[in-house]
Amino acid sequence: MNKPLMNIRSLKKVFKLSSGFIRAQERNLVAVNNINLDIDEGETLGLVGESGCGKSTLAKIILRLEKPSAGNILFKGKDIISFDRVQLKAYRRNVQLIFQDPYSSLNPRKTAAGIIREPLTIHNVADNKKRDSLVEEMMLKVGLSAQHAKRYPHEFSGGQRQRLGIARALILQPQLIIADEPVSALDVSIQAQILNLLKDLKKDFGLTYLFISHDLNVIRHMSDRIAIMYLGEIVELSSNHDIYENPLHPYTRMLLAAAPVCNPRIKKNVIAVRGEAVAENNRGCAFQNRCAYRTGICSEQEPPLADRGNNRYCACHRAGEI
Amino acid sequence: MPCLLKIKDLVTVFNTVKGKITAVDDVSLCIEEGETLGIVGESGCGKTMLALSIMRLIPPNGEIAGGSISFRGEELLKKSEEEMRRLRGSEIAMIFQEPMTSLNPVIRIGEQIAEAIRLHQGLAARDAHALSIRQLEEVGIPEPQRRALDYPHQLSGGMRQRVMIAMAMSCHPRLLLADEPTTALDVTIQAQILDLIDALKKKNNMSVLLITHDLGIVAQSTQKVAVMYAGKIVEMADVDDIYSAPKHPYTRGLMESIPARCPDQNGYLKTIPGSVPSLYDLAPGCRFYDRCSLAFDKCSRQEPNLEEVAPGHLVSCWKCNSN
Repeated sequence: MNKPLMNIRSLKKVFKLSSGFIRAQERNLVAVNNINLDIDEGETLGLVGESGCGKSTLAKIILRLEKPSAGNILFKGKDIISFDRVQLKAYRRNVQLIFQDPYSSLNPRKTAAGIIREPLTIHNVADNKKRDSLVEEMMLKVGLSAQHAKRYPHEFSGGQRQRLGIARALILQPQLIIADEPVSALDVSIQAQILNLLKDLKKDFGLTYLFISHDLNVIRHMSDRIAIMYLGEIVELSSNHDIYENPLHPYTRMLLAAAPVCNPRIKKNVIAVRGEAVAENNRGCAFQNRCAYRTGICSEQEPPLADRGNNRYCACHRAGEI
Repeated sequence: MPCLLKIKDLVTVFNTVKGKITAVDDVSLCIEEGETLGIVGESGCGKTMLALSIMRLIPPNGEIAGGSISFRGEELLKKSEEEMRRLRGSEIAMIFQEPMTSLNPVIRIGEQIAEAIRLHQGLAARDAHALSIRQLEEVGIPEPQRRALDYPHQLSGGMRQRVMIAMAMSCHPRLLLADEPTTALDVTIQAQILDLIDALKKKNNMSVLLITHDLGIVAQSTQKVAVMYAGKIVEMADVDDIYSAPKHPYTRGLMESIPARCPDQNGYLKTIPGSVPSLYDLAPGCRFYDRCSLAFDKCSRQEPNLEEVAPGHLVSCWKCNSN
């Protein structure tokens, strides 16, 4: 068992929303609610959930692009929430992000080589000559060739742009990569190329991934462990195998039932897929209004993410009996 | 089974600043009554332009340069603009990927549906309103009376797509063109919308042209599949045949690049090398030539035709074609 690279403890983020113009009313939106999660060194932790469930907010807090309302995050034992500017800069060398949309996350006025080189300049790594060779080396690693160096982002295809984004993220040799829907904007034949590349790079550089996606096929292919998020909370956390073969939480089961199977002969199992992810309950389980197994206690008490043995965690009062 | 929609040798071209491109190139297909035909392909392969050509709604810099589109035996390409307008929305309806951009943001949704009903069925305002509420109920919107008074921004993405479907279904079309109807939606919402389209299709004996890039959706929701590549149909067959015995190297490549379907032993996905060719400078010969592992010299010289290689299974590939 590897040691954890990052420990997330009781993390909470509340956004204040105001609605109404004349008589503005304030409303709290709990985007991330009491999350506890360890990311082990060398693993790929998959994070799945529907839009608005808080996956990207969690990623932003980990990168310290948002401040949490409560809780803390330890990176190699140090609390990143209390970092000052100098510490933060050093931290960000170790934790990098790959974005969903390679079109909007690259500076259109910089060449490919310039984009990959920028982090080296910002963090003052190596001298000019060495930087050139580092950039060239990295371009080859991600499957771009030296002739691409002087091109601008608009001259690349979607898949090549994503390679460029990956090169930029890896140039500082970080330890943790947060990949936020890295293949969602790509066509399926290109998606496979990028997923293979991410696997290769993980081996070559000894990376740890937090891999965020809504695509259950992609998550299954990439992850060692998987966390399922629903309305700001982690409702299930297990190994890849257990999530797909033996899911405990009713929401995990609904997600799996809803995912289309690439085989016309497999008729889907008939778990009712219903309702939408809307926070309407003040008390009890967040999933109760969509749940087929709901009983009295579900509207009274919020189920904690409890240990169910064999490194399986599930936040459901009825896990095990249903 | 008679064809409800029969497309023959359809060619749609666009004049752009960079030159002339053929977005839909020599496409022939037939949709039978009550059938769902899936069109799969990657972005830019011409699937949306095919649907817009059927509606005769292609952007102004494009034109239908040849072929025929016959709907219930009538040639759509010969119809006047006025005749087409009457057909759109009543006989052939269309739903899009992003419902928010197809709904009018400043008109209540009930009124938007009622408008379509008044225009096509000539009903009085009050009857049209009552019917619009029935339509909302039909597509599974809770409290339709109250929801009819909502504006589009008050609804979730899934609810908006339901409203679009209610509007499309309000005049009982014979054919529904659904262009990536669930791509913007979450997977649990997607499943509900696909079920809804399927239920409405069965109830009204409607045909559906379902455009998608998701091979899972095609497997679950269609009876027949056409795979498009760079403007052409490269393979067409019953859904069972195409998933159990894909013949065109591109179709096979697509199937193999889906995670969790066929990863090899080392946990890597098979990939199709390279990317889709630009329509601006297509080389002679097969469009898949430079990405294909089976290519031989004939492929670079001559373009293969779509030929029947097994009953109902059409492929355009020199390796699969008999001669």
